[in-house]
Amino acid sequence: MTLDWAHFTPWSALAGGALIGLAASLFVTCNGRIAGISGLLGSLLERGEGVGEKTLFLLGLLAAPLLWQLFRALPEIDFQTGWAGLVLAGLLVGVGTRYGSGCTSGHGVCGLSRLSPRSLAATLAFMASGFATVFVMRHLLGV
Amino acid sequence: MRKLTAFLAGLVFGIGLLLAGMAAPAKVLGFLDLAGAWDPSLALVMGGAIGVAFLPFSWAKRRQRSLLDAPMQLPQKRELDRRLIAGSLVFGIGWGIAGICPGPAVTLLFSGHWQPLLFVLSMLAGMLLFAVLERRRDH
Repeated sequence: MTLDWAHFTPWSALAGGALIGLAASLFVTCNGRIAGISGLLGSLLERGEGVGEKTLFLLGLLAAPLLWQLFRALPEIDFQTGWAGLVLAGLLVGVGTRYGSGCTSGHGVCGLSRLSPRSLAATLAFMASGFATVFVMRHLLGV
Repeated sequence: MRKLTAFLAGLVFGIGLLLAGMAAPAKVLGFLDLAGAWDPSLALVMGGAIGVAFLPFSWAKRRQRSLLDAPMQLPQKRELDRRLIAGSLVFGIGWGIAGICPGPAVTLLFSGHWQPLLFVLSMLAGMLLFAVLERRRDH
């Protein structure tokens, strides 16, 4: 393993993380809800309760790039996957997060912050398979 | 008021994702590529988020109602089961292929790129598939 110092951005990563933590804190202390994106989407698809608040949270997400662009250009959004890869990845993420009850936000941020053993197990699992997938794709298959 | 805090929470969350680099697939893949030139930045995203959210969540766990008098809806399940682990493993494979997870994908929906739209539509299809399979399982 070599460290990629050229792309290492500790301060923006920490500051962005702190904002994510602040947003999750606001949502749980005021709305009593977990800021888990896959959970919010899945619950809206299945017409669960709290449709208004959940929709507004997602609208806030959608509005973020608009607010951002008032001050600076969007960061480079450089997808390295073609359409077939994106469809496959989307399907896997959709099915996986629903069976696994959460994604990076619900388990990785909210779940770990409330010391949930289920979220710790889930986070270890999706990090491990993410590392393994990139290893197989980049170093074994060369795509 | 709760509608306003929900919108604000989503807005701040999205700004955080953009600033942190979670919405840049090349950056995410650089973090997931342990065997290549590894960019550890995204580990600090999780660190920063948990550092800020830990105390508010400890407070929330002890409450029945939120500050704005909404019921506190925290997951109650405790047991580790096969669905949790298998589902999370499958999610990680998709994350590793595309370099994007649900939050940033939704955030980028109207960024002028076609990839987030295709990814989100496929993800919603996957979620619908789950809902259909679950309904069939219940009958």
